[in-house]
Amino acid sequence: MNVVLTAVVTCVAILTGILTATAWLIWFERKFSGRMQSRLGPTMVGPSGLAQPVADLVKLLQKEDVVPEAADRALFDLAPKLAALCALGAAAVVPFSATVVGAKIDLGVLFLLAIGAVTVMPVFMAGWASNNKFALLGGMRALAQSISYEVPLVLSAMVPVILAGSMDVSKIVEAQTRDGWYLIDPVWLGLPAFGLFLLAMLAESNRIPFDIPEAESELVAGVTTEYGGMKFALFYLGEYVHTLVASAVASALFLGGWDGPFAPGLHWMVAKTVGLFVFVYWMRWSLLRFRSDQLMRICWYWLVPLAVALLLGAGAWVVL
Amino acid sequence: MVVALLVGAKLLAVRARRESPLKQTTYECGESPAGMAWVRFHARYYVVALFFLLFDIEAAFLFPWGGNARELGVHGLVAILSFVAVVMLGWLWAVRKGALKWQ
Repeated sequence: MNVVLTAVVTCVAILTGILTATAWLIWFERKFSGRMQSRLGPTMVGPSGLAQPVADLVKLLQKEDVVPEAADRALFDLAPKLAALCALGAAAVVPFSATVVGAKIDLGVLFLLAIGAVTVMPVFMAGWASNNKFALLGGMRALAQSISYEVPLVLSAMVPVILAGSMDVSKIVEAQTRDGWYLIDPVWLGLPAFGLFLLAMLAESNRIPFDIPEAESELVAGVTTEYGGMKFALFYLGEYVHTLVASAVASALFLGGWDGPFAPGLHWMVAKTVGLFVFVYWMRWSLLRFRSDQLMRICWYWLVPLAVALLLGAGAWVVL
Repeated sequence: MVVALLVGAKLLAVRARRESPLKQTTYECGESPAGMAWVRFHARYYVVALFFLLFDIEAAFLFPWGGNARELGVHGLVAILSFVAVVMLGWLWAVRKGALKWQ
């Protein structure tokens, strides 16, 4: 009974934490991007626009729910829920500190990668169900991009797995506390693997410079073209939570997770995750979008062989 | 608390609901939509899907080794090296054939 209670409380705490963090990280992104473009960002609701996420939520809840006549109704309704669910599901195995873990499972890394791969399904589902040409094209692009970048993502995530000799994310962090962070420990392995993971992560969560599925200048809004109100909000939420969780995973696998001096582990983990998240924003406002064929060429001609080489390098490092 | 949340959600979700046939049409930049989107079109990168399958299965074989690389030692490393070499030879052949190009 006690175990169940602890698990429920931990999960509720993690979910609440992530959702709250996401709401105000969206506020922060709007401020940040505003400053980068010499604008102010949100200012009207609350001091410095701090109540903006609440106002947005209320507005989105009250929007009329418009479903196109030609759409496949069942799939159209299902897709946004699945998108948010997949993104939140991945958070279950991320260790936010030595004790704050939703579920400690031996195959944590595999679970993360599996959930990460599934996240493209609701996106394509939405693209197909909308029966809209822009949405369908966006969905096809998302599918091609996601299955391509899944390969370097999986292979580069395997480098810390090999170095730590375990697939439990908590064990990987513990190994880093012992031997030093994998980003710098064998630096010739860790740094490129981290770079690869970050690139693939950007592509998986459809972030600039890899946001061609949404490409607002060519595809209106990609798969979300026909979505409005709360359904759109769920997609938006899913995308942000996905990026946030992916940042958390990257900091657990390469940046030592909760390891750090002076402060409790949870603070370090949150600091690293938010740091990576801000880095993703920074990329968004600094880089241009790749073209679809360039994207695929980079992945299959350069990233995949590099990831394989890194993997074998890690194996040789451990064994020899 | 749950009841309060549910009531709150219902109160917040008081939505406008005014249907009109025009509102329910598919968005196509303000034009009346030309046909359905469910038509045949070139998926361009269908070979990539096959490649993904290949590499995903490769990854599925690599993971058990990855977790136990230290214990399996040189023997395991040589086995994995030869396995990856075969897969990458296939990759090289496909690149030579131009299978990964925009068609």
